[in-house]
Amino acid sequence: MGFARVIHPHTLPLLADTRANPIATPSLFLGSTRTLRHTLTHTRSISSAQRRSVVAAKVSDVKLKPTTNLLVTKEEGLEVYEDMILGRVFEDMCAQMYYRGKMFGFVHLYNGQEAVSSGFIKLLKKEDSVVSTYRDHVHALSKGVPARAVMSELFGKTTGCCRGQGGSMHMFSAEHNVLGGFAFIGEGIPVATGAAFTSKYKREVLKEADCDHVTLAFFGDGTANNGQFFECLNMAALWKLPIIFVVENNLWAIGMSHLRATSDPEIWKKGPAFGMPGVHVDGMDVLKVREVAKEAIGRARRGEGPTLVECETYRFRGHSLADPDELRDPDEKARYAARDPITQFKKYLIENKLASEAELKAIEKKIDEVVEDSVEFADESPAPSRSQLLENVFADPRGFGIGPDGRYRCEDPKFTEGTAQV
Amino acid sequence: MASIFQGVGAATSLSSSTSIDTKKFHFCSRRSRSERKASFVVVRSGGAKVENRIGGRAEQLVTNAVAAKADTPTAATVSKPGHELLLFEALREGLEEEMERDARVCVMGEDVGHYGGSYKVTRGLAEKYGDLRVLDTPIAENSFTGMGIGAAMMGLRPIIEGMNMGFLLLAFNQISNNCGMLHYTSGGQFKIPVVIRGPGGVGRQLGAEHSQRLESYFQSIPGIQMVACSTPYNAKGLMKAAIRSDNPVILFEHVLLYNLKERIPDEEYVLNLEEAEMVRPGEHVTILTYSRMRYHVMQAAKTLVNKGYDPEVIDIRSLKPFDLYTIGNSIKKTHRVLIVEECMRTGGIGASLTAAITENFHDYLDAPIVCLSSQDVPTPYAGTLEEWTVVQPPQIVAAVEQLCR
Repeated sequence: MGFARVIHPHTLPLLADTRANPIATPSLFLGSTRTLRHTLTHTRSISSAQRRSVVAAKVSDVKLKPTTNLLVTKEEGLEVYEDMILGRVFEDMCAQMYYRGKMFGFVHLYNGQEAVSSGFIKLLKKEDSVVSTYRDHVHALSKGVPARAVMSELFGKTTGCCRGQGGSMHMFSAEHNVLGGFAFIGEGIPVATGAAFTSKYKREVLKEADCDHVTLAFFGDGTANNGQFFECLNMAALWKLPIIFVVENNLWAIGMSHLRATSDPEIWKKGPAFGMPGVHVDGMDVLKVREVAKEAIGRARRGEGPTLVECETYRFRGHSLADPDELRDPDEKARYAARDPITQFKKYLIENKLASEAELKAIEKKIDEVVEDSVEFADESPAPSRSQLLENVFADPRGFGIGPDGRYRCEDPKFTEGTAQV
Repeated sequence: MASIFQGVGAATSLSSSTSIDTKKFHFCSRRSRSERKASFVVVRSGGAKVENRIGGRAEQLVTNAVAAKADTPTAATVSKPGHELLLFEALREGLEEEMERDARVCVMGEDVGHYGGSYKVTRGLAEKYGDLRVLDTPIAENSFTGMGIGAAMMGLRPIIEGMNMGFLLLAFNQISNNCGMLHYTSGGQFKIPVVIRGPGGVGRQLGAEHSQRLESYFQSIPGIQMVACSTPYNAKGLMKAAIRSDNPVILFEHVLLYNLKERIPDEEYVLNLEEAEMVRPGEHVTILTYSRMRYHVMQAAKTLVNKGYDPEVIDIRSLKPFDLYTIGNSIKKTHRVLIVEECMRTGGIGASLTAAITENFHDYLDAPIVCLSSQDVPTPYAGTLEEWTVVQPPQIVAAVEQLCR
């Protein structure tokens, strides 16, 4: 079976060898620019020509389903809009605060990529997990971590979501199942695979029959060349883990253009090589992202396994606040700025009468207040005291060992003061 | 990748070094119990549980601190005869008991399932608990270690096996950044109760890459604990303790020790991860050692005793953190220290231990600390050369004689 070029996905011919097709119904991935589905066969009798049947569908425009006119309800639309505005305003405030000396180190801002975060994360339940990279503020916010907690963390205050110990690149929340926040690219992907593994384990070993938690792993184009990415694609497909690999391809890894770093720049095509569908979507359009996300999350929840989604997106700012961003072509920046996801979505909401200008302005005002409040809160919060230094190194502080006097080091009163020698 | 080495021939050379002077034998650990919060349950033969005794070390019947030959009569202090097994079986017994006790305990690694583990530590477990609980992974150490860490963050308690400890070098990113640091950087929100275990150390002509000692590389990572087992008794006890601990623990096993035989108690017991083990009390010199070198030391001890010396031998067991209480008490008694290890000379466990002892017990020393380590040489394949890279009993004897002059 070779490549089939069709316009309407639902008329895709199913594979002739039905026993080889583990996916009963073809998934549609509405909204995607391109999709490659891969159905893996294990029987040796099938000839090599049939063994890897790849069906390519090119859907150039989003064709709205005839049954519904719009892709979101008013409520959903406003929720998504608010989330995107929160992401944008928060990140702009971070930049301000950084230049005022309120936060330090490496701060990586998400401006321009809001459609990916809002498009995916707003479809999740609280028990689902999100794993990100150092560009994680907005992922945490979308998942439900309060702006106050994130801003305090950035200021290094003890009221931050990680008590000031993590910083910009390590946003964690046990309550909202945000599993980080990782400084080295790629090292979060195995952690996400582990979270998905736990979900499957809970269902199959611990017999929690309704456990259908999914995990989203967000990472960039640079990471897609890293070994951990490929190793995890393999394991996730092998064990059909409920995970979605979301590549936020913003074309640049600091100053390295994706095209200069990658032999085959089309990352979505790498999914089928490992046995999962690969989907490419316009990451500047939150509705398209949302449609693809729905399908991918649905697949994972139904136990059909992982999906690789490549979102073509762009970061309006530099790699981090320390990056002068001189390498990127101003024309390229202008082109993407014209496709600002927030402006696009605002236009969609107004044109389709889902919201009025006034309602959207009210949301923007509300978010301004939320972000201002978070800055105030962070400003007024205390910095960590010395006593916090030695806590949290070990979950069980006996791990510091036994001192010369026979007592556990953690029993030394200087331990709680943070002045003990450990 | 691995050469499967069953260590068959090795046990014979080690068993000869295991006899101890029974007159000197006594219970270990006399530490003040009220200060320790260790809580392990000792199940008595009648089935009645003894609740969380604080510092219940003495209740654990230390039948024999050194693996004895099967026919050596042990000190008759056990209430029940116990049962005899090999070290790898002791590890499996500990593992199986914990898997039975807690459904969240799972194993992942290469060939741990259907193959039963390259050293048979997980034999039979996949048949009993299924392919998901005893997971055969592809050859991707960094990723499956990271997967274990992610699973631990979400509530499972994985035991990650490195087929050979050396392979864990590929997992260093995950072990250092996530395993060690994640509890801290998340502000205490997520704990990582993983056990990373596997065989390491110099074997019988396994070549440089399969003969690595990773304890020196991992020791600086904040947030992890490292223990090394050396007898079936402490192997089972440490395995159970490591699994029950909420901290990430790296359990170092040795390729040549898997076939050691010992009689261990039938009752359930869990050892303390942070404590050292008194192998042979003495007066003249403190010899600190761990893992396989314990047997070289005991072999040398026989010679030394015949020559009139009285060495005190301590198996430090806990490589990170050090049990400075047991070690300190010994130094305060003998005033001389010899460290015998298989680690490399540079930056090894011995180097750290030397620094820690100097810092804490300098005033008690009558002589400089002597540290015998392996040469800073990639372990050669040739048997003769390999023998010269690790510390041998005659060197230990010579060092003690020098120290006690």
